[in-house]
Amino acid sequence: MPAATKQLDELIGREYRHGFFTAVETDTVPRGLNEDTIRMISARKNEPEFMLDWRLKAYRHWLTMTEPQWANVHHPPIDYQNIFYYSAPKSEKAGPRSLAEIDPALLRTYEKLGVPLKEQELLAGVAVDAVFDSVSVATTFKEKLAGLGIIFCSFSEAVQQHPELVKQYLGTVVPYTDNFFASLNSAVFSDGSFCYVPPGVRCPMELSTYFRINAMNTGQFERTLIIADKDAYVSYLEGCTAPIRDENQLHAAVVELIALEGAQIKYATVQNWYPGDKEGKGGIYNFVTKRGECRGANSHISWTQVETGAAITWKYPSVILRGDNSRGEFYSVALTNNFQQADTGTKMTHIGRNTKSTVISKGISAGHGQNSYRGLVKVLSGAENARSYTQCDSLLLGDQCSANTFPYIEVKNPSARVEHEASTSRIGEDQLFYCMQRGISPEEAVSMIVSGFCKAVFQNLPMEFAVEAQKLLGVSLEGSTG
Amino acid sequence: MLSVKNLHAGVGGKEILRGVDLDVRAGEVHAIMGPNGSGKSTLAQLLAGREGYEVTAGSVRYLDRDLLAMSPEERAQEGVFLAFQYPVEIPGVSNALFLKTGLNSIRKHRGLPELDAMDFLQLLRDKMKLLGMDENLLSRAVNEGFSGGEKKRNEILQLAVLEPKLAILDETDSGLDIDAVKLVADGVNAMRSPERAIVLVTHYQRLLNFIVPDAVHVLSQGRIVRSGGAELAQELEQHGYSWVETETEAQRKTA
Repeated sequence: MPAATKQLDELIGREYRHGFFTAVETDTVPRGLNEDTIRMISARKNEPEFMLDWRLKAYRHWLTMTEPQWANVHHPPIDYQNIFYYSAPKSEKAGPRSLAEIDPALLRTYEKLGVPLKEQELLAGVAVDAVFDSVSVATTFKEKLAGLGIIFCSFSEAVQQHPELVKQYLGTVVPYTDNFFASLNSAVFSDGSFCYVPPGVRCPMELSTYFRINAMNTGQFERTLIIADKDAYVSYLEGCTAPIRDENQLHAAVVELIALEGAQIKYATVQNWYPGDKEGKGGIYNFVTKRGECRGANSHISWTQVETGAAITWKYPSVILRGDNSRGEFYSVALTNNFQQADTGTKMTHIGRNTKSTVISKGISAGHGQNSYRGLVKVLSGAENARSYTQCDSLLLGDQCSANTFPYIEVKNPSARVEHEASTSRIGEDQLFYCMQRGISPEEAVSMIVSGFCKAVFQNLPMEFAVEAQKLLGVSLEGSTG
Repeated sequence: MLSVKNLHAGVGGKEILRGVDLDVRAGEVHAIMGPNGSGKSTLAQLLAGREGYEVTAGSVRYLDRDLLAMSPEERAQEGVFLAFQYPVEIPGVSNALFLKTGLNSIRKHRGLPELDAMDFLQLLRDKMKLLGMDENLLSRAVNEGFSGGEKKRNEILQLAVLEPKLAILDETDSGLDIDAVKLVADGVNAMRSPERAIVLVTHYQRLLNFIVPDAVHVLSQGRIVRSGGAELAQELEQHGYSWVETETEAQRKTA
């Protein structure tokens, strides 16, 4: 092995930094899943009848389904009866009324993660909702947002305070019958974030949710619902981490976005779940359904994701372009190192006239990582003049990893124009040597080359997030060229 | 500054350099000439630290250190610079960022404070003006979509910014029209100083019309078969490389 490569191998060996565990007493419903589990979750959350009904319908439907096998990922069977479906820090049982009531151990956890929850520290202008295992522990800046009519709270709170909105929109983009994991989520989801931006309001700050899986053998099933009413605008960020554990943990989330006429939603994710160790032991199964609907004319939804964590990632943030002139975008960086597997991409469904979609996907594979892009561009017969552009690039570091592209295109309207471009390249010894010959260390060189490769995606992230994402990428790559 | 002794090196068991001796002192400009396949580029890349070559015998000292024991970035930080024959493209990384990262790593190594964006940009603009380069090359990705001439000038720009102690130019004149050769030569001449050594690797004599070397060496089949002053380049131009080669062949036979 050439010397530079060996050095890179050492660099890539750096460890996961969010792998600590916070000792808090938890209130957990018994292991396993049946109708009683669901009734118990619903009762703990004091939910109205319609929610329980919906959960039970989802559960009964889920029983008729089988786990999908089509993704290019491999894992031992998941024992759904061996999971705790609800775990909440005991001290938060009744739900905190203000930040002062939050267990200091939890606040310290978030501080360690670099997510300050104290409002005075949030001058940066990001409102945060933090979800710890199954419940939301804090939502900051609530009052300021309320002044503008913006509702930003935990999902549980929304069910209590705004049941009419939840009832009106829940499951309208991702129905409880949608797919195996979405159905499971619909039955057992414990919390998540909720956001509603009223007509004509531009949300003045980034909204952010920070998810943390802490307890052992716990699944995290959160549900996020964001509605931008007519001509509203909101930008939303999501971050995730988990402690290091030898067992695989399941994370099956659902995110629904609804943009009404003239509205715009930007949704960005930096996902850094525990990826498993170097031999591929442990790590989070990240099986997530994310979908947005441009319901009104001239609406606009964009997904940006930086996926560096999780043992297996299985997600396709998608956009249904129903409104005329609506636009959907998907910008993705997915990195797999060691034995990580990712099967990710998007679905763009063109229904309205003059709808436009843009897909930029950058896959980076290192170590024994497997990275697949899977994308569907579907143009329905009524979608006069639809335009779609996909660019899908893969970068390989080393020769043990793999990259695949599975583009699907279905066009039922002759006026559509659908373009797809794909490329695969390798970080060459040439590029590395060139950088090193200019005095740049191999570590910095790889990180610079990879950042350059991801530039088209990073420029869609809010500034601070882009910096964060670049750092994360550097860390995740340490030790990765073989 | 640089002392190469009896250097034998090759790739995959095939010997390319078969006993090279070369001494370069600070302030000197040496030209290494030779036909294709004589080992010129191998020598240049080996000195810069490119992987994949096996050194089977001999030594290379640089400023009284064992050059071959140093990593490529350490060589660069210690002042060894290679202008690439084929400059490499790095998509998405701006030329300015690339240069700034390199310069600051080198400055850090030398115990100098890192340059901030403003100072760096000023430095860069001054150097670019000297080379007649368009400023838009700064914001473009490293060498991506550059013309052949732009790539070569970009190498000289890096040379000018990084201010190495030993600059090795590998066929910097190849593929350039005469005006571009002149620009490159002006850039190199501006870099001549009593503290700096320059090694020009070239196939043609024409670059040496603009950069007059202190010494010329002819490399043939992995050995320096002849050394002389600037006039040696003129002779080569008249007689071609076959002239030294036949002569060497004759010498070998008599030996």
